[in-house]
Amino acid sequence: MALIELRDVAKAYPPRRRGGDPVHAVDGVTLDVSEGEILGIVGYSGAGKSTLARLINALEPATSGSVVVAGQDLTTLRESELQKVRRTIGMIFQQFNLFHSRTVWGNIAYPLKVAGVPASEQQERISELLHFVGLADKAHQYPEQLSGGQKQRVGVARALASSPRILLADEATSALDPETTQGVVDLLRRVNAEFGITIVVITHEMEVVKNLADRVAVMEDGKVVESGTTFDLFARPAHEVTRRFVNTVVDDMPSAIAVEELRKRHPGRLITLSFREDSASQVQVFAAFGEAGVGFELVYGGMEEVQGRTFGNLTVELTGERVDEAVRVVSSLVDVREVR
Amino acid sequence: MDRVFELSGLLGTATVETIVLSAVGLTIGGIFGLTIGTALYVTRKGGLMANAPVNVVLNVMVNFFRPIPFILLAIGLQGLVREVFGTGIGNTAAMPIVVFAATFGIARIVEQNLVSVSPGVLEAARSMGASRLRVIFTVLLPEAFGPLILGFTFAFIAIVDMIAVVGVIGAGGLGNFALQYGYRQFNPWVTWTAILIVIVIVQIGQFAGNAAARKVLRR
Repeated sequence: MALIELRDVAKAYPPRRRGGDPVHAVDGVTLDVSEGEILGIVGYSGAGKSTLARLINALEPATSGSVVVAGQDLTTLRESELQKVRRTIGMIFQQFNLFHSRTVWGNIAYPLKVAGVPASEQQERISELLHFVGLADKAHQYPEQLSGGQKQRVGVARALASSPRILLADEATSALDPETTQGVVDLLRRVNAEFGITIVVITHEMEVVKNLADRVAVMEDGKVVESGTTFDLFARPAHEVTRRFVNTVVDDMPSAIAVEELRKRHPGRLITLSFREDSASQVQVFAAFGEAGVGFELVYGGMEEVQGRTFGNLTVELTGERVDEAVRVVSSLVDVREVR
Repeated sequence: MDRVFELSGLLGTATVETIVLSAVGLTIGGIFGLTIGTALYVTRKGGLMANAPVNVVLNVMVNFFRPIPFILLAIGLQGLVREVFGTGIGNTAAMPIVVFAATFGIARIVEQNLVSVSPGVLEAARSMGASRLRVIFTVLLPEAFGPLILGFTFAFIAIVDMIAVVGVIGAGGLGNFALQYGYRQFNPWVTWTAILIVIVIVQIGQFAGNAAARKVLRR
């Protein structure tokens, strides 16, 4: 049984204008999240991913469908019961949402107070969390004295205070620069590895997904349009939206404009070779060109590593007498596409 | 000028009356106003306890009473105050009327100050399993504390202003003193002495409010 089971979940908001259509923020999503995994939910603004996250901790009640977390169907629970469930689900936010009226210490103490943890135990837990996120020396500072990355670390410590099983990260790195983002991504990885906490990462940053997620669900118009392991999604994106997202970090296919430029300088036959882990190696492919006496020049492409596995597209220009024959041979080794 | 010294006893009484009336108005009106203002904010659409009927009723109440010029409210409420408190004149009658006017004025100020709190912070507290009431008392109000102090400072000055006219129903205070012994007896020295004391009271209130807000806002 999965830790989080979404079954045909929908969330509709009342129409913006009188007589208008209701807004379907989440529209029939079925999704499982297993204990201990990191799931990335990707989509453009308004795709419904943040709403989906809020259905998982019932900050938003679902309009229909069922949301089962650790065996409990949240759609059947009363508010007081939901409050107990929420203590087992931490959440971090794009704008950090720290309490400005409280110090770093006070921020982390808050969820412990809510959970009724005795004061004597709070002390130890807070100090442990501050050390975990590397901010032990900032305990008595106020949020405005911290940098963005530090604020998000406090956010993580605060979300972990009540020892949740699940952590929801809602665009948690979107307000941070790339270097700080990497720091937070590394921290979330440690949260997952050291505490076994299941993490749902809502983001539009593919770099974050690539470095963090085990699996990815891509959303568009309130629906999950594609899901799979991070490697599969990056290596073989099927849906148009997925492809556009993957292209933001993997630029190994020449665009139409790039092709035009390449043509000017490379009059020979241009083909794109797709390498996958299960396909033949570059050594075999280039050896085949050599045997056929075909000249080849790498003109575009790159190799990527995702989840410790390699894939990539290489565009080559082929010249010589026996190009057709060589392409036939190579086609049996890897996927070959003509560049037009 | 000599007249001012002759009246110093009465002036002292009037000063104390203004201070007591404004302190009572600010405290009791402040508590009621904070309650109504918070209710106005949380019952808004999309609010922590969104409730359209309650919000509409509160809004209509505030919009009904708040624009009434205080001097008209004082005479208008006199009958009701006489029924409830046994007298329609003097400081005893002025007190509930000042509290009433302060309540609705402060309610709107409180509501506007609470808007400055980021909804995300409230959501964060809710995501930790805090109940809605708990969020109001431990997050919403503390987060808005700085602006609320400034709002209450503003309200205090408005209340001092109101008290200047409670003489109309026979209550005391510096306003009444200035009218009675300054204006009607053609003695600008007396008028201006009373005015100066009002200015000093307002200045002290403003200074204390600013200092407290600076401390809370840490700047």
